[in-house]
Amino acid sequence: MNSTPHQPASYMDEHFVAPAAEDELFEELQDSPPKRKFRLSPAGKIGVSIVAFWLLIALFGPFLAPYGENDLPFPDDYSEFQAPRPGAWLGTDFSDRDILSRLMFGASRTIGISIFATLLAYMVGVALGIGAAVSGPRVDMVLSRINDAFLSLPTIMLGLVVVAAVGSSIPILIVTAGLVYATVVYRLARAIGVEIMVMDFVEAARLRGENTFWLVWREIWPNAAMPLISDFGLRLIYVILFISSLSFLGLGVQPPRADWGSMVRENLGAFQSYGGSVIPVVAPAVAIATLTIAINLIVDDISAFSGGKLSGRI
Amino acid sequence: MFTLILKRMAIGFVTICAVSIIIFLGTKVLPGDAAQIRLGQEATPENLAALRERLGLDLPMWQQYWNWLNAFVHGDLGKSLAGDAPVNELIADRYKNTLIVSVLTAAVGVPISLILGITAAMFPGSSYDRVLTLVTVSLVAAPEFFTATLLVLIFVFWLGIGNAVVIGSIDGKSFWELIQHFALPIGVMCLIVASQLIRMTRAAVLNVMSSPYIEMAILKGLSRQRIILRHAVPNAVGPIVNIIALNLAYLVTGVIVVEIFFAYSGLATLIVQGVQTRDFVVVQAVGMLFCAAYVVLMLIADIAAILSNPRLRHPK
Amino acid sequence: MTTDIVFETQDLHVSAPQQDGSVIPIVKGVDFQVPRGKVVALIGESGSGKTTISLSSLGYCKPGLAFSGGQARLLGEDLCSQTNEDLRSIRGNKVAYLAQSAAATFNPAMTINEQVIESVVSRGLMTRESADARALELYQALDLPNPDSIGARYPHQVSGGQLQRLMAAMALCGKPALLVLDEPTTALDVTTQIEVLMAFKKVIREEGTAAIYVSHDLAVVAQIADYVVVLRDGEVKERGPTAAIINHPRHPYTKRLMAAASPWSAETLSRIDTEDVTHRTTVAEAVNVSAGYGITWNGAPRFKALESIDMTIRKGSTVGVIGESGSGKSTLARVVAGLLPPFDGDLLLDGRQLEPSYRRRTRHELQRIQFVYQMADTALNPRQTVGDIIGRPLEFYLGLKGKEKRARVDELLTLVDLSPEFASRHPDALSGGQKQRVNLARSLAAEPEVLLCDEVTSALDTIVAGNVIELLQRLQKDIGVSIVFISHDLSTVASFADEIVVMNQGKIVERGPTKQILSDPQHSYTQLLISSVPEMRQGWLEDTLASRGSQ
Repeated sequence: MNSTPHQPASYMDEHFVAPAAEDELFEELQDSPPKRKFRLSPAGKIGVSIVAFWLLIALFGPFLAPYGENDLPFPDDYSEFQAPRPGAWLGTDFSDRDILSRLMFGASRTIGISIFATLLAYMVGVALGIGAAVSGPRVDMVLSRINDAFLSLPTIMLGLVVVAAVGSSIPILIVTAGLVYATVVYRLARAIGVEIMVMDFVEAARLRGENTFWLVWREIWPNAAMPLISDFGLRLIYVILFISSLSFLGLGVQPPRADWGSMVRENLGAFQSYGGSVIPVVAPAVAIATLTIAINLIVDDISAFSGGKLSGRI
Repeated sequence: MFTLILKRMAIGFVTICAVSIIIFLGTKVLPGDAAQIRLGQEATPENLAALRERLGLDLPMWQQYWNWLNAFVHGDLGKSLAGDAPVNELIADRYKNTLIVSVLTAAVGVPISLILGITAAMFPGSSYDRVLTLVTVSLVAAPEFFTATLLVLIFVFWLGIGNAVVIGSIDGKSFWELIQHFALPIGVMCLIVASQLIRMTRAAVLNVMSSPYIEMAILKGLSRQRIILRHAVPNAVGPIVNIIALNLAYLVTGVIVVEIFFAYSGLATLIVQGVQTRDFVVVQAVGMLFCAAYVVLMLIADIAAILSNPRLRHPK
Repeated sequence: MTTDIVFETQDLHVSAPQQDGSVIPIVKGVDFQVPRGKVVALIGESGSGKTTISLSSLGYCKPGLAFSGGQARLLGEDLCSQTNEDLRSIRGNKVAYLAQSAAATFNPAMTINEQVIESVVSRGLMTRESADARALELYQALDLPNPDSIGARYPHQVSGGQLQRLMAAMALCGKPALLVLDEPTTALDVTTQIEVLMAFKKVIREEGTAAIYVSHDLAVVAQIADYVVVLRDGEVKERGPTAAIINHPRHPYTKRLMAAASPWSAETLSRIDTEDVTHRTTVAEAVNVSAGYGITWNGAPRFKALESIDMTIRKGSTVGVIGESGSGKSTLARVVAGLLPPFDGDLLLDGRQLEPSYRRRTRHELQRIQFVYQMADTALNPRQTVGDIIGRPLEFYLGLKGKEKRARVDELLTLVDLSPEFASRHPDALSGGQKQRVNLARSLAAEPEVLLCDEVTSALDTIVAGNVIELLQRLQKDIGVSIVFISHDLSTVASFADEIVVMNQGKIVERGPTKQILSDPQHSYTQLLISSVPEMRQGWLEDTLASRGSQ
């Protein structure tokens, strides 16, 4: 130690001043982080390409399919669960129809029904949910309690009850799935709506004397749209699973029409007829799984971008 | 806190009532009533009216509902429209299968999922965590019958163990024999439960681990073990019990698909048959059982959340 | 190496590694020392890196940050390079941390005493009995009520001021050589702050521990610190003994900071030359107003937030409403605005009765009373541009459209010292102070007669807040608008209100011209409040408590 008794024990006793220009302005530091750009992760890119692939099949599949959905590729050689062979690249099903063609027809039905049902769920759920958030405590209370009653039933049970009551057809399936999932969308839309309603800028607009129309369209909707749209993918997954499960139980799309869920069910016999091909069960199951998992990969990217807040809301 | 729990139980009671109304009315909207369905071709206006009177279908709607509910509460689930068999008998044959698979799934799946979920939360971002996340995310998004297909392919077709359908009686089987008997259905159900449960447990523990009092515990120099056991776990128990109950409730869907897939008879196959044959007495009865189980599990989930909140447990 | 230095940093760098591989520097080469038994204050605004630097003394970085250079030496050992295992034996033992919010840092599921003693007991440094005795000693030293039983409680069962002191007990239990206090009194009301501050000072002196005291408030720091380090943007701007810094600040930033803080002192009074405004015409008035929350059968609220309030707002003058949390001061503003209709009493505008609820007021009435929110972050719609936000009242109240509207938006932006090009930006591209200016411009766009400003500066950094106050003063002179300025901060209110209203527990305890209230407070609460505001001179704390004790 080379300090002498006269020197301070610490340099803290000296008055240190960093060099600075006397006229320095000390601008306030910007406190918001730079805007992030949305970018797909590698997994997200795989997701997008798989979803795009299935959407193309859903749109054009019925026109590109080698056979009609109920045509027999080999009328002269009838045998169930045939292994893949030229002319039927995925083999044949329990009544010797071409799996590949049925898969392509099924794509447009499964995906089409699901998309329309999800859109319906959004229209009903968002309208009522935002409506409840804006309309004040009484309307909100009534709507929310009714919604809670429906939410306290497992979705598949609601589906079963409806099908038991009014039977099964494609429009009924769309409406059923749409209304069943409208309850979930309602809850989300209401939660987002209420969250925005308590923001000061909404109160400021009300205090200004703005009417409800302005509040909903200019103050609430622009802020609710993004979280709602980014939730669409997740909802679509659940609707696809719901529709496929109903079809799998034999209560959805009715034979002889092809649909991925019902294809799994009608070909379950392949697991018992040893020696037959198992592709008739595996192919539609894999088709659904790839589609829903691929959507999920995209959803993950979106929710990571929006701060992962979405999953916390549901 | 006591009043909160009572309040929640009251809400649960009201919910069950509301659910029973939904189920009752849901099966009433279809054209044609039980009398018509039973008599079918033989229906004449006279015997229709007579049967309606006997079944109480001429009464006002609310009275029919009341009679149905009253009988249900007293254990009389009505008579099947197909074959006139009492629903109680139909259920007696089948409820064991459903119950055994559900209970065994809970017994096996829940502890494994909790361990996996908590360990994943302890090492977030590790390759173990990432693999687990990838698997669970995929399983959550995939349909139940895909998981079943996968297991059948692996075990039955690849490893040559077991059978793609569940056959045989369960009478006189021991615990281990039952597990073997239902190995594949239980396996599928466990995977379904685990996929959600692992994800949610991991999130719950991570949520607690990122709270300021855990950071404080680190800055107090406590050991890792102590931080987890004394600070994190007690605060995570409530959310985790809540999550377990929620996921067991979700099993309702899984059990239906699994019974159909493995073609053994249980309550779920009964209700699906009921829907197909429009036997709404069966649909009402079994639907009500499933929904009641679901509502009760949800109730347990919420009460667990209330009980675990220290602010409510130790009021000012 | 001298053992007289408990802790020192040498060219300390901390940075935030980004996902794309780039690195954002947070702390850029900081040097300071903490001599044995001394208190060193780290002063700075948000983003100065003061908390990050203080945590380096525990070898800790917040998630997302990492040490990237230099050393942080505790008792001669560098902590930056140590493993978690090594650090564990140091934390809670040689160095202890006290966080800003005790409510969040106590585990809600454990009793207080268990948390206070667990650090030493779990490591076998003390037996449970001796730790309990030590805790009791600390509870007494910290002037906690019921020291024998308070430890058996759960954190949510004690008040905020008590919890803050209990956290000090938790930190001191292991007799650390260094105590780190991170804004420990910021969340407290001034009358509570003074007690907590005194308790801290006393216990630090008795224990002889060295401390790092992190704060944004120079006046508070002047009471407790031996040395001050002024930080800005991760760099040391000025450093030295407290007396030197507060009496002779040399760096322009420090000077600016001191000027903006408009610190309270005896001489502040002499500088106040408020003109007598009582002869001015009354614009708005609250007469015998009572209000609250939760409706009961007879229309009286379950929780009364305001009782029999009379307030007069005069043309072109400022009424300062001052009170602590829960005093009802913000409720008063909401009642005048019509957001919370009173259940009793009248609101008058130009002598005419005003509808209690804003919903039933005319557009013209709404236009004349404008509300300015505290949090500009939530008061501006993030999906609208600044131009839209300011333009809407112009269109809605004044019917301006197109070019006319745009020209007026530009004028308003210029009025609040923003350049017209801000009109095309969204709020998230603005800093906190800029947002508050836009917030103000929106209210001014309505050409109101009364501005209700609810804690408009409390979320802002000292210098920015000072600028906003200056702006308000200038606007009042130029436009002649009447202002109701609600704040918990007496020195801010004193700096520009013409009249002051002091509120406590939903009632007005005293009112009058600013100078009169401040120089000759009549009500005991007003006296307590005024004497609790820290002055920027050393020894104020002791003087105040001594004078209170002698009374």
